[in-house]
Amino acid sequence: MMQKLPTWADVVLVPLISLLLAAFVSALVLLAIGQSPSEALKVMVEGALVSPYGWGYTLYYATSFIFTGLAVTIAYHAGLFNIGAEGQAQLGGLGVALVCLALPWPHWTLALPAAMVGAALFGAAWAAIPAYLQAKRGSHIVITTIMFNYIASALLIYILVEVLRPDGQMDPASARFPAGTKLPTLHEIPGLSLIFTKQVPANVTLFIALAACVVIWAILWRTRLGYEIRAFGKSEAAARYAGISPVKVTMIAMLISGALAGLMAINNVMGESERLLQNASEGAGFIGIAVALMGRNHPLGVLLAALLFGFLYQGGAELGLWTSIPIELRTVVQGLVILFTGALDQMVRMMLGVVFRTRRPQAA
Amino acid sequence: MDYATFLQILDTTVRLATPLLLACLAGLYSERAGVFDIGLEGKMLMAAMTSAAVAALTGSVWVGLAAGILGALLFALVHGLASITFRGNQLISGVALNFVASGITVLIAQDLFGQGGRTPPLSGGARFNAISLPFVDSLSVVPILGPMYREVISGHTFLVYVAAALVPATWWLLYRTRFGLRLRAVGENPASVDTAGVSVIRLRFTAVLITGVLCGLAGAYMSTGLQAGFGREMTAGRGYIALAALIFAKWRPWQALGATMLFGFFQALALRPDVIAKTGLSIPVPALDALPYILTVVVLAGIVGKAIPPRAGGEPYVKER
Repeated sequence: MMQKLPTWADVVLVPLISLLLAAFVSALVLLAIGQSPSEALKVMVEGALVSPYGWGYTLYYATSFIFTGLAVTIAYHAGLFNIGAEGQAQLGGLGVALVCLALPWPHWTLALPAAMVGAALFGAAWAAIPAYLQAKRGSHIVITTIMFNYIASALLIYILVEVLRPDGQMDPASARFPAGTKLPTLHEIPGLSLIFTKQVPANVTLFIALAACVVIWAILWRTRLGYEIRAFGKSEAAARYAGISPVKVTMIAMLISGALAGLMAINNVMGESERLLQNASEGAGFIGIAVALMGRNHPLGVLLAALLFGFLYQGGAELGLWTSIPIELRTVVQGLVILFTGALDQMVRMMLGVVFRTRRPQAA
Repeated sequence: MDYATFLQILDTTVRLATPLLLACLAGLYSERAGVFDIGLEGKMLMAAMTSAAVAALTGSVWVGLAAGILGALLFALVHGLASITFRGNQLISGVALNFVASGITVLIAQDLFGQGGRTPPLSGGARFNAISLPFVDSLSVVPILGPMYREVISGHTFLVYVAAALVPATWWLLYRTRFGLRLRAVGENPASVDTAGVSVIRLRFTAVLITGVLCGLAGAYMSTGLQAGFGREMTAGRGYIALAALIFAKWRPWQALGATMLFGFFQALALRPDVIAKTGLSIPVPALDALPYILTVVVLAGIVGKAIPPRAGGEPYVKER
């Protein structure tokens, strides 16, 4: 009954067909509300992929999604479903803000490493409690990380309103970061400024995100730790028998996951808004789930899926600007992608299995 | 805090606890049958939109209620398909459906009414109105209990009393009927139910559909009882608070009533900063907002009693062959 698909089909075709199904259902939704799917796609492509300006936004979103996608990925390899990337990214933002506001930073090259440490530490700390409770007390990590998302947002509201808000300011946000923390955008980088002639939000964090893909790939497939994480994720009993400590693997995988989610904040908080706002991560932590599932939990796949979702986010924003289609369309597409790649993947495999079964006699 | 203020807060508690209770009982059926459901939020939101939209279009809250139940059932059906039929990941399915609901409700409401994703304000027969229980006036003279009866027990909308009645009903169904025994068994050890010749698939689908109906009531109450109309993201995480309450209650109906009342009380208190200020304690409002989640983590950590979920929860059932 469960025929095995060829590996290439499982890696490439399953996510692609899931994406097509998600696009198809989205198109049906658009038709149902009296909009034209082809017109919508045209606006999205023009707004997100045609001009360097559009790419500047697409890459900016993609940068955040790479971090959160990798965060979900590394936890997933340890058999842990981290829904808490959103809260961890919020705490990462707090770490960035505290570092940036602590000193009158002279230059971004000094501020960036420090802010990265702050972001990673705060993100990891927020993942540490659910990880500890999972490892030591068996509390289900999915539920605890959901709870920690809400606790994080309440904590941030409190800190922004009561602690970080400058006197006399109305909106709940921190003070502006010193000028020395400003990260160069792609428009300000020599060479790239020839392409990006206008100011864009995508900034040097993009290169850190790309480096993170390589580092996470190396950790997962080229180190003893990565082997332990993957072995534990495949079979806890076998890993335990092989002398792998479940507590250690759960803790380390979740700490790396939280650190990655936290690191997202150098893109949006330090690179874009340049102060800490309420709900700064804007759901990017949740998109990490879709990105990881779509990218088959491989850093290269995560990179491609993050670009796809960057396009979806920028394109969706353009839809909100130029058409009467609400911006919420992108949430629908995001949900459908998660549904088809993560929950109905068995259905997609069955569909593909039928195709492969009918093809085989002809080939033989 | 004087007695009148206390009663006001209790009254608000009952109003705010009702959607939590309905969603919590909804989750109880599904999870007791071994199907995790973190998509309570999405189903509530969907029901809130469909019921308010249909009530606005037809002018009848009853037609709206039916539409709300249908909207939530549709999502429950997809969840059942993904997690029972195709044996997919139940948690991921729930998360996905929450996102779909969050977006699609705005898309549909915007298309129907063009008011920024809201429905028009409901009034008259298009929403549930307060029901005055009998003898309110004559019992008012009774000290303490009379005002309590008038302010807290009486004067709520239809669905509040439905929610209250569902607690003993659920208890009876779970612990005193054959269906309930099988439902609990299928969540603990589906193979044994299968061996007894009862269909695991059908039982689980029944449970998931009951969850849909109850989420439909919860959502319809949000937009046609508690408030007069649908607004984007109006459930505001209540599905997750209900999930927290379910764990807090350790998947039992009477305890679910207690947990949702407690969490409703926190929400009611968060609406009255003046009352908190008067007690002399300085409790920040965000702390009250976070309290249900913190309590749930404490319970999950096993510090106050251990919360053990149904043993087969989250596992798709594969018939041995």
